[in-house]
Amino acid sequence: MTEQGKERGTSLLDKSAAELADLLAAGETTSVAITQACLDRIAAVDTDIHAFLHVDAEGALAQAAASDARRSAGEPASPLDGVPIAVKDVLATEGLPTTCGSKILEGWIPPYDATVVERLKDAGLPILGKTNMDEFAMGSSTEHSAYGPTHNPWDLDRIPGGSGGGSAAAVAAFEAPLAIGTDTGGSIRQPGAVTGTVGLKPTYGGISRYGLVAMANSLDQVGPVTRTVLDSALLHDVIGGHDPRDSTSIDHPWASFAEAARTGAAGDLSGVRVGVITELGGEGYQAGVQQRFDESVALLVKAGAEVVEVSCPNFVHALAAYYLIMPSEASSNLARFDAMRYGLRVLPDGDPSAEDVMRASRDAGFGDEVKRRIILGTYALSSGYYDAYYGQAQKIRTLISRDFEAAFEKADVLVSPTAPTTAFKLGEKLDDPVSMYLNDIATIPANLAGVPGLSLPAGLAPEDGLPVGFQILAPALADDRLYRVGAALEALLEAEWGGPLLDQAPSLSDVEPVETPGGAA
Amino acid sequence: MTETLMPYDDAIAAFDPAMGLEVHVELSTNTKMFCGCSVEFGAEPNTQTCPTCLGLPGSLPVINGKAVESAIRIGLALNCEIAEWCRMARKNYFYPDMPKNFQTSQYDEPIAFDGYLDVEVDGETYRVEIERAHMEEDTGKSLHVGGATGRIQGADYSLVDYNRAGIPLIEIVTRPILGAGEKAPAVARAYVATLRDLLLGLDVSDVRMEQGSMRCDVNLSLAPKGSDELGTRTETKNVNSLRSVERAARFEVSRQAALLQAGESILQETRHFHEDTGSTTSGREKSDADDYRYFPEPDLVPVAPSREWVAELKAALPVPLREQRAQLQADWGFTDLEMRDVVAAEAVGLIAETVAAGAPPQAARKWWVAELTRRANEDGVELTELPITPAQVAAIQALVDAGTLNDKLARQVFDGVLAGEGEPDAVVAARGLAVVSDDGALGEAIDRAIEANPDVAEKIRDGKHAAAGALIGAVMKDMKGQADAGRVRELILEKLA
Ligand SMILES: [Zn+2]
Repeated sequence: MTEQGKERGTSLLDKSAAELADLLAAGETTSVAITQACLDRIAAVDTDIHAFLHVDAEGALAQAAASDARRSAGEPASPLDGVPIAVKDVLATEGLPTTCGSKILEGWIPPYDATVVERLKDAGLPILGKTNMDEFAMGSSTEHSAYGPTHNPWDLDRIPGGSGGGSAAAVAAFEAPLAIGTDTGGSIRQPGAVTGTVGLKPTYGGISRYGLVAMANSLDQVGPVTRTVLDSALLHDVIGGHDPRDSTSIDHPWASFAEAARTGAAGDLSGVRVGVITELGGEGYQAGVQQRFDESVALLVKAGAEVVEVSCPNFVHALAAYYLIMPSEASSNLARFDAMRYGLRVLPDGDPSAEDVMRASRDAGFGDEVKRRIILGTYALSSGYYDAYYGQAQKIRTLISRDFEAAFEKADVLVSPTAPTTAFKLGEKLDDPVSMYLNDIATIPANLAGVPGLSLPAGLAPEDGLPVGFQILAPALADDRLYRVGAALEALLEAEWGGPLLDQAPSLSDVEPVETPGGAA
Repeated sequence: MTETLMPYDDAIAAFDPAMGLEVHVELSTNTKMFCGCSVEFGAEPNTQTCPTCLGLPGSLPVINGKAVESAIRIGLALNCEIAEWCRMARKNYFYPDMPKNFQTSQYDEPIAFDGYLDVEVDGETYRVEIERAHMEEDTGKSLHVGGATGRIQGADYSLVDYNRAGIPLIEIVTRPILGAGEKAPAVARAYVATLRDLLLGLDVSDVRMEQGSMRCDVNLSLAPKGSDELGTRTETKNVNSLRSVERAARFEVSRQAALLQAGESILQETRHFHEDTGSTTSGREKSDADDYRYFPEPDLVPVAPSREWVAELKAALPVPLREQRAQLQADWGFTDLEMRDVVAAEAVGLIAETVAAGAPPQAARKWWVAELTRRANEDGVELTELPITPAQVAAIQALVDAGTLNDKLARQVFDGVLAGEGEPDAVVAARGLAVVSDDGALGEAIDRAIEANPDVAEKIRDGKHAAAGALIGAVMKDMKGQADAGRVRELILEKLA
């Protein structure tokens, strides 16, 4: 890889989605130009990053041209019309391969679009392609993808987080201004933390799960993966809201998240009570992670926030409960991959029965981590064990929700480091699943309780120069608070850094920078 | 393999049967349980499917409100409690006709529970206790091609039709039916028949057993007479007619009794009923260890019917069967004995429809209970399965009332309709069955009869009108039965006055 960088600040690629939307609205660039720039960037750097499993250049350019045509015809444009996006390969896309990072779905082309994908298309966002992930979203490093790992743009020898490492890396490597992720135990927020990007998991039910290939239905949520808090809010406004096709979708009059982010960016947090969760920090957290977290909390105080310590004593059981509920649901969800109608089919020798074919196909099609979780889940649901495992885990879930309720009586938002460490080395934790699972220790409680969470960059850890994530949690339905507080903190931090954190990321390629027409910013 | 059987009467003398009945009813909603696909029967295979009922990755279920309403109405009609809050659950097992390899069903939180249904056998009432009625989705339908058994083992290949996958089902489960003794198989049949009528009255299902929209599993065990304990049970699957319910129960009584008598034990297993032989054969061995790993369906929110809604549905229920029957008996003017025969013949609904189509109640009763029941028994089918409709029966009776047919000719019209020769009118025309009402032709036949029987004619002239029967018989023979006997009598008496 060359160190010859793209010239930051002059390229369409550097722009945030909000800036691109402004340029498009002002007629200073076209969706085709932006989309082509992204496709060129992907062509130049993705051999190194491997954020994408499938790039749909033709489809994306056609959608971009359609957006441009609508705009020039004076038709109404959505706020992100023409801004391209990458979609995690766990969402069904009509006519585009959807593998979930698994061999068992190799070659499957869904006949329908996920609701989120449909909303992206309706809002005129060209879809660049599908991003890499841990197989069926099971992992914290994207190393469990059957198609090879994704590399962290900050250090190609390191993991980009997971399971949505592809989406986070695509955004961090400027291959796409926006991406879609999914978060079951932290799969949006933890990759956001280790790649210096912004990731949001909404209130459970805030964004439709229709078309999201489920890992753990009661925990999964779709969410935005972006470089700025405002971009996340803009994207959330596009993909969120009630969907009658998802019974767990909430019918709620959501206010504009972009509005909340813009308000927050003014930097005034007077009257906002911020609760620091005692259990998520200190021992077990990398020193530089803790340091950047503490500095960010100090900035919030400076902006007028009132900081209190809150204790959530049941969070220590969250990981255990999560690793019973998630595999239980997953073991049932993954039963449908039986080689009967789609996906990989392995025919054993001789005269195999349907059961033999199912067994051989599942054996060949699923990776070790998936098998591990199917076995765990099947065991936890078995008669005689159900009460002790699944039943107990549900009780812990209730206790964790109560911890949140109590904490939210003392604070409007809660904060913690997003992940206990910065990005670790590829291969470092592959043989130690429990240490891998510990990456999600700070993100899992929000999934268990269904509350929303945002991760944004808090700086680089002094000891390794790698990004640290700052997590903000809010009560259910109060996603707007995350945008308000997140945008405020982002503005204060960027003022200290003199620009976005990603400006400090190493350059990746020799791609020709695409000049902004007219040089406008 | 032939089973050793103990004669039924001997078996019943030595053992008490306990039965449990599980009835699956396909609801006649417009759409499936969790998606918008049509549930119409008989469509081209795999044309009524979508991502959800095919279980495609990423698809999600949305519960059918109409199905929930039907489930509640069924529960109420069965005198059940209706859950204030209940969830769907996943029943996990692998089978190619199950698109998700789990069935969305209910486990420990059924929508309706603790009810009963009173059924009548030979004028005696038996109360069948209902343990639960729960909602679930149907599976696809497998067709195993090649191989001897028609089952998946040994088949050359199998085809699956997913049109049925996701059709709303209500499963109604009884508590063990005890103390029916020798009547147990008849009680089982009467229960299923009564349930069928009740569901028809609720207008929630076609309840066509021959099409599979109502399916029955018969669980049966024997215990030594007087024992309090239940024996090991077998579960005979998909017994698909009322007659088969009774036969399957009788067969299991005889089979299990023979085994127990020989000191052998009963295997807890699934058995298959064979319509042709009236016997059951061993299916899959089943044990309590069968583990479906049930857990609450996380893709659906709980069903929590408000008490107001339940009360509304209850108030709008049709009149209970028992009261309905009493009312019908009064309307129709049937004696208790006649009504009991009608109930036993499972002909209440058919008679009601025939009367609604214009036939006098007694005539409707006569045709369905005597004539058509006999024919159904001869053919070994249900009364409802005979290829004749209540409207057609009413049309035949109308021809009798108009004097076009007499009873004897009417039976020939029944032959024709049942043989598929068309509507009654068409059969009358094609077979040339109409009664001769032309007085000229009758007059000639009467003259011939008087000529041939001068002594009889003389008696009539002397006022012995009872003797006319002999002449009427001769005329009817001459006319090959196609004459109105009443008119013939009138004409004879006129001539010989
Ligand atoms: Zn469907």
